[in-house]
Amino acid sequence: MTERFAFPSTVGEERHVTTIDAPPGQMRTSSIPPDRRPARRSVLRRMRRRRWVYLLLLPGSLYFLAFYYLPLLGNVSAFQDYSPYLSFFRSPWIGLDNFVAVFSDPNTWIVVRNTLEINLLQIVFAFPAGIILALLLNALPGQHFKRFMQSTLYLPHFLGWVIIISIWQQIFGGDGFISHLVAGLGGKPVDLISNPALFQPMVVLQVMWKESGWSTIMFLAAITSIDLSLYEAAAIDGAGKWQRMWHVTLPGIRSIIILLLILRLGNVLTIGFEQIFLLRPGFTTDVAEVVDTFVYSRGILSGQWGFAAAVALLKAAIGALLIFVSNRMAKKFGEEGLY
Amino acid sequence: MTPWMERSSFIGRWSLRMGMALLAVVMLFPFVYVLAVSLSSPQDVSNSLIIFPSHASLAAFNWVLTQTNAVQGLEVSAFLVIVGTAINMLMTITMAYGLSRSDVPGSKIILWLVLLTLLIAPTIITKYLVVRQLHLIDTIWSLILPGAIAPFNLIVLRQFFLGIPRELIESAELDGAGEFRILWHIVLPLSKASLAVIALFYAVAQWNNFFDAVLFINSPQLEPIALVLREIVLQGNVSQNNLTASEFMPPSLAVQMAVVVIATIPILVVYPFLQKYFTKGVLTGSIKG
Repeated sequence: MTERFAFPSTVGEERHVTTIDAPPGQMRTSSIPPDRRPARRSVLRRMRRRRWVYLLLLPGSLYFLAFYYLPLLGNVSAFQDYSPYLSFFRSPWIGLDNFVAVFSDPNTWIVVRNTLEINLLQIVFAFPAGIILALLLNALPGQHFKRFMQSTLYLPHFLGWVIIISIWQQIFGGDGFISHLVAGLGGKPVDLISNPALFQPMVVLQVMWKESGWSTIMFLAAITSIDLSLYEAAAIDGAGKWQRMWHVTLPGIRSIIILLLILRLGNVLTIGFEQIFLLRPGFTTDVAEVVDTFVYSRGILSGQWGFAAAVALLKAAIGALLIFVSNRMAKKFGEEGLY
Repeated sequence: MTPWMERSSFIGRWSLRMGMALLAVVMLFPFVYVLAVSLSSPQDVSNSLIIFPSHASLAAFNWVLTQTNAVQGLEVSAFLVIVGTAINMLMTITMAYGLSRSDVPGSKIILWLVLLTLLIAPTIITKYLVVRQLHLIDTIWSLILPGAIAPFNLIVLRQFFLGIPRELIESAELDGAGEFRILWHIVLPLSKASLAVIALFYAVAQWNNFFDAVLFINSPQLEPIALVLREIVLQGNVSQNNLTASEFMPPSLAVQMAVVVIATIPILVVYPFLQKYFTKGVLTGSIKG
């Protein structure tokens, strides 16, 4: 029995080895009488025929219900004086009190400011870094060197934040490479990691070091899909290398840039939790607390569940709104947008 | 090379190459330095700047493996990589296959519910509350079940399954093959490359698991390597048994960097495989942000 299903692994050859005589296109119709075609069957009969498919869908569906849709109900805790011991059913309802508390808490605004500042720096510095790097890689002559550069640049993406930050500590920390280098040259040892003024630039530099390379993948894919005849036409019209980059390459990757910017804008209140969580110790709230770590400390560490849930809910709502608005704007400017 | 692609100037080409080479140094030097520090001995550290340790020794690695809870962290992480990835793959494959089948009433709704999760991810609080409600807090399952399927991988795999010629599957059905047989004997053998990529991505994610462990794990014996790494390197707990003053102890910086090296090696080992697949374009258009 098993042998009958031992199809060759290459898809293209399949037609020659199928044991059924009818050409593939006719198989379905010839074996099932026209009046019993799938579309005409009653839903129940079709479901019965596919019962094993439902069995296969069951574990995954339960997973999505339990870990994506059940948590949605958890958002009601934003409207409760929630206590895990009382659960959703017995925690007292307090209407919008949590939201009032969120807006009147001065820390909320500090945290939002920090988050926006870091994200602004990311959009100004880290985001274009990927584009520039992709253009440079594209211009790089020699396949081997290009491969090597890509392998090198993608590597940190696969390392967790704990590893990345440990490495940075060793390079920029008080007992690190830079410090020793400066001391060796006769200067004073420097600790670039625990200086509050450098917190935000360090966050952005780390993201650039870790993710710029990986982010080139999408831009490079877009660049390679540009029609080469466009370059040819531009060259015939007398466009130099820079002009071709400006008038052909960049417009060619514009839609992917805009798509990624829309997503970026929707995440303007999000900063990689792990990174900030790991860098935060030793800094004050004023410097190093962002929205997500704020939710974590208030909710899970201090037990202000309702308050934290309200912040998280607001954040999600603002993110969705921003995606909607920026998508609208992109469409107004004639771009494809996200949906 | 087409005629319009004139070669760039000698200076242009070489300045680009030099710039890239410099960038490669910026990317790779930190790893070299970390390795050098991890191999250093007390004499080296007093010389402060170490690039090539003069008295290279593996004492720090020995210390990490005997005097800290790194081994236990590695065990937990190995368990996550093996069992977690297996569960990831089982769940993702069965659901992707189910969603790729035609003429299944209701499967469109399920597909939409899956796509919607890309927009409405659970928040930290709601995620925690659900895991708590399911009594998974401080169990190994809290590190495996909440991330059992990455919606993105599911969608990519379903897309791949849809690309398998229908005739192939239909003729098997006519021969009396059931869903499991079709999946096992036709669909999976044709998807080896995609499955390998997805499994590698899952495995890397399991190895790097940190956030879920911070949220859900309290017992030291359930800490994955990432948490142990944080304790040793960023919180400076270089010794489990408070033997800090021991004169046999290698420099604590060396110990810390030795853990970093140990935690990095598995990624470096699978990296060429990852590399092989994504340069082939198997994952084109499927990059997670």
